[in-house]
Amino acid sequence: MSTGAKKRIMKEYAECAADTPAGMKIIFDEQNMTKWEVLLDGPDQSIYAGGHFKLEITFPNEYPFKPPVVSFKTKIYHPNVSNDDKGSMCLGLLRPDEWKPPNKVVSVLRLIQTLLIEPDIDDSIEPSIANEYKENRKEFDKNAKDWVKRYAK
Amino acid sequence: MDSDDDFNSSQLSDDEIMDDSDVALDDDSDFEMDQDDMGFDSQDKDIKPAKHAYEVDFKVFSPQQIQSHQDKQIEEVSNILGQPPEATAILLRHLRWNKERLIDQYMDKTEETLESAGLGESSESNPPKLEKIAGFVCDICCEDGPELDTFAMRCGHRFCLDCYRQYLFTKIKDEGEAARIRCPGEGCTRIVDSKSLDLLVSESLKDRYHELLTRTYVDDKENLRWCPAPNCVFAVECGVKDKELMKVVPTVHCDCGHYFCFGCSLNDHQPAPCSLVKKWLKKCEDDSETANWISANTKECSKCNSTIEKNGGCNHMTCRKCRHEFCWMCMGVWSEHGTSWYNCNRYEEKSGSEARDAQAKSRQSLERYLHYYNRYANHEQSAKLDKDIYLKTEKKMTQLQNTSGMSWIEVQFLDSASQALQQCRQTLKWTYAFAYYLARNNLTEIFEDNQKDLEMAVENLSEMFEKPIDQLQGLKVDMLDRTAYCTKRRIILLEDTAQNLRDGMFSFELRKS
Repeated sequence: MSTGAKKRIMKEYAECAADTPAGMKIIFDEQNMTKWEVLLDGPDQSIYAGGHFKLEITFPNEYPFKPPVVSFKTKIYHPNVSNDDKGSMCLGLLRPDEWKPPNKVVSVLRLIQTLLIEPDIDDSIEPSIANEYKENRKEFDKNAKDWVKRYAK
Repeated sequence: MDSDDDFNSSQLSDDEIMDDSDVALDDDSDFEMDQDDMGFDSQDKDIKPAKHAYEVDFKVFSPQQIQSHQDKQIEEVSNILGQPPEATAILLRHLRWNKERLIDQYMDKTEETLESAGLGESSESNPPKLEKIAGFVCDICCEDGPELDTFAMRCGHRFCLDCYRQYLFTKIKDEGEAARIRCPGEGCTRIVDSKSLDLLVSESLKDRYHELLTRTYVDDKENLRWCPAPNCVFAVECGVKDKELMKVVPTVHCDCGHYFCFGCSLNDHQPAPCSLVKKWLKKCEDDSETANWISANTKECSKCNSTIEKNGGCNHMTCRKCRHEFCWMCMGVWSEHGTSWYNCNRYEEKSGSEARDAQAKSRQSLERYLHYYNRYANHEQSAKLDKDIYLKTEKKMTQLQNTSGMSWIEVQFLDSASQALQQCRQTLKWTYAFAYYLARNNLTEIFEDNQKDLEMAVENLSEMFEKPIDQLQGLKVDMLDRTAYCTKRRIILLEDTAQNLRDGMFSFELRKS
């Protein structure tokens, strides 16, 4: 990784640390600055309220010319998070063709928070969960809460 | 046909095989075909004229030719719009090289057209340049300093030169983008024009960029298609439109020797139209036939949905998996039948016979499919052995040269025979997929006769091909005749089928799954 990229990550962390979005904690290791651990509380107005989610943000070598990679380490029942051990997300800013180098990680974190409150059904990674969200909201809410209880407490 | 073409091609064209063997043939029918109106008016005089109903007009282009085509069009439109060539190129790419639409749109709503193509306010003629700006901080790498070279397009999103370069490098090298690279500014949709790009990136990257631009040109143009052969750099132009594909099978022949279908890029699949080929391949691939057999012979347990084959006479079924007991006839729970079993029988009599009919029908359709599939697969198998055959042929040719003292040119008949075989089998293979969907009418019999004649001719030649070396020399004349006959039969079949297809004389049962 280039020194430019390192400098940029450092700067972004300093900004994040000074003004961390509510409901978030960032664990930063200077020895391994390309992997951030983020502890995210389920937003109060969402069905994930009360849950605590661990996320990993990985910065690729080409950062910031390629987007950071987000993965949920805590299982979550959500149309935009893959239901496997990767827990990956791939939408909006996080897609290589949408990402622009001036974009910041903090916008990615904000995007994730927004998605917990309102999933993006049209760009889902788990079509069956998206479908349930659309067709059978009750069942979706029940499942999502169930998973929060099971995995995110 | 251009003689260079022939030299490069791995397969002999029909004409060539015909020319070799004209002596043995009655050429009347050929002559008539030459006089036919082909239905595709050639707009470009360079396009080689089609000779048969099953041939289409096409032209092969090299990368250089494609480039100069683009340049020519850009220049032409640039003059009309009064925009510089870079902007014109962006506009043309934006509208997928639809000149007329661009000119209409531009004349109608100039500003909107420019905006949507990412050109923003009218691009005057001050060229893009690097600037040093006091107090500048790059939003990407966070570097600052008065000596920092920076760049921005007219949208004003300014970044340092290194970052701009790196951004373009990532887009071009890693993501293979060219025509639609946007300004790196957050949310900005302005497209990076080629003049800015030329200023920013290294020579080697420029080459890649222009290569990619050429790619998008061919991808965007409806009448151009890349040759799908591995490592082939040519593109083929052909006027056949998508909507015509039910009536024409546009096989084209690239300068690299590859025969492919212009409609779908698959290997030559004459005489079957693209849509049939697609359906057929999917059918064969899907393994839907297992499902077909299951539906013909089994029912599902009404409780656990296990698939059950009835293997005894008794209607009292017990599911092995869930022990559910039911009646095969009405699928109802067995205990509910009790003494009223015969009522069930009577009630179900009509639907029972319907079900039997349905099952018999399904069985019939399965056998029909298998008939065509086995023949299709057989020819495909033989086609896959083409390579072996070819290698064997080469060996035989050398052996023949050694044992009989024949010259290289005198043993070429084996090569021609081998290639004719390959080509005919390829055609035969697709006649079976074609026939599977073909609805019966007066013409199907003629089609089947043609198919039979070609198949017999192929088998005759194939048999002779297997003869031991010492006999081959004496068979030369015979073999030449049979090769010519095969080729002739193939042309007749293709010609006849293509003609009827074009005239709409065939109908297909496409709903067949």
